[in-house]
Amino acid sequence: MTVSAERDAEFLADVARIADDVAAPNADDVDRNARFPSETIDALREAGGLAALIPEELGGLGLDFRTVAEACVRLGRRCGSSAMVFAMHQIKVATIVRHLEGSPWFEDFLRDVASDQLLIASVTSEIGTGGDLGRSIAALTPAEDGGLAFEKQAPTVSYGAHADAYLTTLRRAPEAEQGDQVIVVSLRDQTELEPAGAWDTLGMRGTCSPGFVVRARIRPEQVLAAPFSDVLAVTMVPVTHLLWSHLWLGIATDAFDRARAFVRAAAKRGGKVDGPLPQAVRLSHLMSELSLLRAEVRSALDEFMADDARERLSTMAGQLRFNNLKIAASEQAPRVCQGALSVCGIAGFRNDSPYSVGRHLRDTLSAALMIANERIHNTNANLLLIAKEV
Amino acid sequence: MPAAQIRKILAEHARLPVDVETLPEDANLYEAGMTSHASVNVMLAIEDEFDLEFPDEMLKRSVFESIASIAEAVNALQSQAKAA
Repeated sequence: MTVSAERDAEFLADVARIADDVAAPNADDVDRNARFPSETIDALREAGGLAALIPEELGGLGLDFRTVAEACVRLGRRCGSSAMVFAMHQIKVATIVRHLEGSPWFEDFLRDVASDQLLIASVTSEIGTGGDLGRSIAALTPAEDGGLAFEKQAPTVSYGAHADAYLTTLRRAPEAEQGDQVIVVSLRDQTELEPAGAWDTLGMRGTCSPGFVVRARIRPEQVLAAPFSDVLAVTMVPVTHLLWSHLWLGIATDAFDRARAFVRAAAKRGGKVDGPLPQAVRLSHLMSELSLLRAEVRSALDEFMADDARERLSTMAGQLRFNNLKIAASEQAPRVCQGALSVCGIAGFRNDSPYSVGRHLRDTLSAALMIANERIHNTNANLLLIAKEV
Repeated sequence: MPAAQIRKILAEHARLPVDVETLPEDANLYEAGMTSHASVNVMLAIEDEFDLEFPDEMLKRSVFESIASIAEAVNALQSQAKAA
């Protein structure tokens, strides 16, 4: 193995250990009490995990994107909320790393993220835009001291109260059109979060994502110079859908594993029977559903890692590809979890059994809602009119 | 002249909050308020008007961001068609 492949393998071994020893024993408590999985995130910090995608020259681990995607699967198998927090942080880091264009402020910021293992949250959704990330209402406004200020009404900010920095989308200026956006990063001590509601949800309870009114004062160099539409198409959309779908795959894989453990236990109890148990046959059906999910998620990752990916991602065909990943994976993951429930029966329905898959099902039901599938279908419907090969 | 025809198509389909005639050829249409949805209608109308098809690699934001960039793409496809 090369040095860098060894480092990737070491990191994955660390994540697997953290998933088993820290995330798994806390997962039920995180879910029941809708509390932040701080033990898991702290353990990931210890392993340097919050700097996984930051290049070595900026103090990070400089790991392959595939390694981070696989880490999302491993964490997802033990605690969906922990995996989502990890994934969302990596999406922000990837956004900055891939588009900082040599900015000294953003390079220093990434050095701080690496050395202090800072957790970055995002303030992208906004009340009044109907979940459309390509539009903003809140505007970056010049302040009297030569700095910039903004106030944004965010319906959800995942782990907002637990983050050390915030990546926010805004209109470029008070007179700018809604689609003329920029990305800014504000530090915790520059940002004020006024809580607007609680986070008591069906699933993904540990992400602690209530609404906030977010106010910040920043310096002009904290605005990412890269064109927003490019950042959105080339990084934010594909990386978000890839890492989310990998963690959904992790959750669905654990639901399948629990169903398999249930069937094995039933087969051992049942003694000698002629032919397979009915649950075992259902498990076989479920395996093919899981393999469909895995195939879609893995092939999208391969396409993203291809040498010419960056060029293709900026086209409508590229946009359709990753929109499709989101829709397919977000529908297939809860389908697998529900299939696992039907294999396990009442043992899967119980919250106190080793075959319980209630949390898995509830967590994956969030998938179709995080950037609503219906909105994506609306976009696709339009793109399909003009795209040639899909 | 493609630019004049492109302006006419933009006036009809781009749904800009400003008068297309006042826009310089290199003005950014997205910054002027053209939405992604409107841009697809512009693309369809241009394919129709000039009797051409944009291949997938040209169907991206940078190609449709100004009158000049659209005209350049139309010219490129027309000269390709002539050469073939």
